[in-house]
Amino acid sequence: MRVVVTALILFLLWLLMSGIYKPMIIGFGAVASIVAVYVGQRMDRADGDRVALLLSPLKFLGYLGWLMIEIAKSNIAVTRTILTQKMPIRQNLFRVPSCQRSELAQVIFANSITLTPGTITVETEENDFWVHAVSFSEDDHEALADMGARVAAIEPGGAA
Amino acid sequence: MFLLAALALFAAMALVLYRLYAGPTLYDRVLAANSFGTTTVLFIGVIGFLTGRPDFLDIALLYALINFVGTIAVLKFFRYRAIGDIPQVPDREVGS
Amino acid sequence: MTLLVDILSWILIVGGSFFTVVGAIGTVRFPDFWSRLHAVSVADSGGMLLLIAGMCLQGGFTLVTVKLILIGIFLFITGPTATHAVANAALVTGLRPRVARDIEAVELPPYSDVPDPRG
Repeated sequence: MRVVVTALILFLLWLLMSGIYKPMIIGFGAVASIVAVYVGQRMDRADGDRVALLLSPLKFLGYLGWLMIEIAKSNIAVTRTILTQKMPIRQNLFRVPSCQRSELAQVIFANSITLTPGTITVETEENDFWVHAVSFSEDDHEALADMGARVAAIEPGGAA
Repeated sequence: MFLLAALALFAAMALVLYRLYAGPTLYDRVLAANSFGTTTVLFIGVIGFLTGRPDFLDIALLYALINFVGTIAVLKFFRYRAIGDIPQVPDREVGS
Repeated sequence: MTLLVDILSWILIVGGSFFTVVGAIGTVRFPDFWSRLHAVSVADSGGMLLLIAGMCLQGGFTLVTVKLILIGIFLFITGPTATHAVANAALVTGLRPRVARDIEAVELPPYSDVPDPRG
C-alpha cells in the first residue's frame, strides 16, 4: 500500500516537472518511478531508516505564517544593522533550551532560528541549542523561548 | 522589472565573489561559495523570465541541489579529511 | 486585475533584489566571520523568498509556478541547513566568536569532536 502511494507521488512529480505529455515520455516516467521505489525498498531493508511526520498540518501552516512575519521583522532589523554607518554589532553566544520532544520538531526549531536573520544555531546538544546572535539584546531569550513554545505546540499532543 | 532584478543579482554576485577571493578563513570562502550558489539559482530563474524561456528553471532546480550537496561535501572533507566513510580511531590507540 | 498582479510582483521583486544586494554588501562590510553568517542569511531567506514569490506571480497558474515553488521549498529547507553546517564546522575546529565586552561570556561550548588522527 505504502509502496504504491510512494510510486504514485513520484509519478505525479514527474508529470508536473516534465510538461510533455506524449505516451513515450509518460512511459519513461512510470518506469523511472517504479525503479526508484524498488531501489528505495532495497535501501530500506538494509538500514530501516525512516522519519515519521507527526505534525498537525493546520497548526503547521499557521506556524509557517507566523514564521514569515518573524523573518520579515528580523530581515529589516539586520538590514538596518548593515546599512548604518557604524554597524552596531553586539555578538553573543548563548544557550537556548529546546523543549520539543520529537527530533523532527527540534529540527524545525533549529532551522527556524537559523532562518530568521540575526540568530544562528551553531551547536546542538541533548536539550540545548547554542545560538549566536549578531546584535544581541536581553529580549532575545524571551523571543526564542516563545518560538520554541510555538514549535512544541504543533506537535501532536503538544501543550496548547 | 526582470532586467532590474538581473542587474541587482549580478551586483550581489560580484560582491560575494570579492568575499570569496578575500575571505581570511576557509569558512568565509565556503560561506561565500554557498551564498554565490543561491544567488546563481535566483539569477538563472530571472534570466529565464527575461529571455522568455522558462526551461531555465530546470537548470536552476538542478543547480540548487548540486550547490547544497557540494557545500556539505566540502565541509565534510575539511573536517574529516574524507568524503566517504569517516575514519575512526581505534579505542586502544586513543588511550596510549 | 493584471495591473494589480503586476504591481504586486514589482514590489516583491524589487524588495527581493534589495535584500539580496544588502546581504552581499553585508558580507563585504562586516568585520569577522561570525557576523558575515548573518549577512548571508539575509540574502538567503528574505531575498530568496521575495524573489521566488514575485516570479510565481508573474508565472501565473502554469507548470513554471510549480517548479518555482519546488525550488523555493528546497532552498527554504537547505539554506539554513547549509548555514548551520558552516557555522558548526567553524566552531568545532576552534573558531570562536568575539563576545561583546559588556556581556559576561558563558562557559565555552564543547570544543572539538574531530577524531585525532594521531591517536
